[in-house]
Amino acid sequence: MEVINYMVNNAARCFQLTLEHLWIVGVACTLAILIGVPIGVAITRSKSLASKVLNTANIFMTTPSIALFGIMIPILSPFGHGLGQVPAIVALVLYSQLPIIRNTYVAIMNVPPELVDAGKGLGMSSWRRLREVEIPLAIPVIIAGLRTAAVMSIGIAAIAAYIGAGGLGVLIQQGIGRAYAPMILSGAILVSVLAIFVDGFMALLERLVTPKGIKVGRRMRHG
Amino acid sequence: MDNLLTRVYRLILVLLLLAAGVAIEKTGLLDYLSDPFEQAYTLTLIRQHVVMVAVAMVMATALGVTVGILFTRASLKRYAGVVMYIVGLGQTIPSLAVLAIVMSFMGIGFKPALFALFVYSVLPIARNTLAGINAVPNWLLDAAKGMGMNNRQILWHVELPNAMQVMLTGFRVSMVICIGTAALAFLIGAGGLGEHIFMGIDLMRTDKLLAGALPTILLALVADYLCELLGYVLVPRGLRLEQQEA
Repeated sequence: MEVINYMVNNAARCFQLTLEHLWIVGVACTLAILIGVPIGVAITRSKSLASKVLNTANIFMTTPSIALFGIMIPILSPFGHGLGQVPAIVALVLYSQLPIIRNTYVAIMNVPPELVDAGKGLGMSSWRRLREVEIPLAIPVIIAGLRTAAVMSIGIAAIAAYIGAGGLGVLIQQGIGRAYAPMILSGAILVSVLAIFVDGFMALLERLVTPKGIKVGRRMRHG
Repeated sequence: MDNLLTRVYRLILVLLLLAAGVAIEKTGLLDYLSDPFEQAYTLTLIRQHVVMVAVAMVMATALGVTVGILFTRASLKRYAGVVMYIVGLGQTIPSLAVLAIVMSFMGIGFKPALFALFVYSVLPIARNTLAGINAVPNWLLDAAKGMGMNNRQILWHVELPNAMQVMLTGFRVSMVICIGTAALAFLIGAGGLGEHIFMGIDLMRTDKLLAGALPTILLALVADYLCELLGYVLVPRGLRLEQQEA
């Protein structure tokens, strides 16, 4: 009850922090796609390179978030960005690489070879095949990777409040500092709701970007 | 082509190691860790961290595997979907939020942190146990029944060994998340390596911060690697061979 009171009384602040949170995650995810998808496509050419890239991404994924934030302070502070949103976004981009690269790689490797052959038979260049055959077929799986990355990023961005990035973690951070339960709970609940909401939204997106042909094919197989 | 790539990759790794060495010297981490008092302090924090993770993981594994096994039995199988849904929802909740929520009900200290870690670690284990057992092919179960195995024997000799790979992945994910979340447990007064990290950030002392961050990362990487090794012990050899051929 007190929690609801707190949220109503501080609605403007809660709203602003939510927007800030979404902004950090949004920027990070956009950058992560722009970097991760080309890498994922590129490593389909060489298996040994693929395992190395995926292992490196896995090391970032294994690194605990607060430790990564910590390490980035001395690395980024010579550029004047040790604290704040920049290290938070850099860390989120690094974390998002594994799900995005892995899903892109797996999706493109799983495109049926007969479709690629058909593309070749039609006289498509390899670039055009990638754009018109492989990517459209891979896109639902890539979005699934983005979904994992986005949900994870929302959680990690909450921790980034401790390096001054703002966002909903601020409510938790200040609430713990003041031992004021309604504030902590508002932060925790808002972050959780945000994560669940984004998860649902991405699930919807996943369905929307699936090419019509695949959906029809699936329905025919199941019913 | 691949040969060249391997060489470039190795060169990058060596350069990174070199840079890390220089950085450790420059940031004063070496001095910090040579101080006998700080050394003992850091070791205490590492011990707190490990104990917290170990206790939470033992309890989480026990509960997670039990839940996974219970909800794949014939009588409870129809609730498996609901359990999966709840677990999925729970996993979307950020770790800091879980810690914060637990703190507002149970207060600060070691116990609340342990409870939060335990609850959060159960989810991947339960999920993967469920998924792993559900994925055991029906013909294997039929064969086991045909051989006259009872339900208990089927569980121990057919279902669990075949699900082990997936269960281990769940354990591994859970372990890595647990180590990361334990670093946040300092915030609710449970100590651990987070103490170095957060104090380092607040005091703007890079050496202290790195003395917390590097062991945490190392701990996570070592745990990840050990879980992989565990696969060689727990996963039946037949399944491993099948995997290598595929």
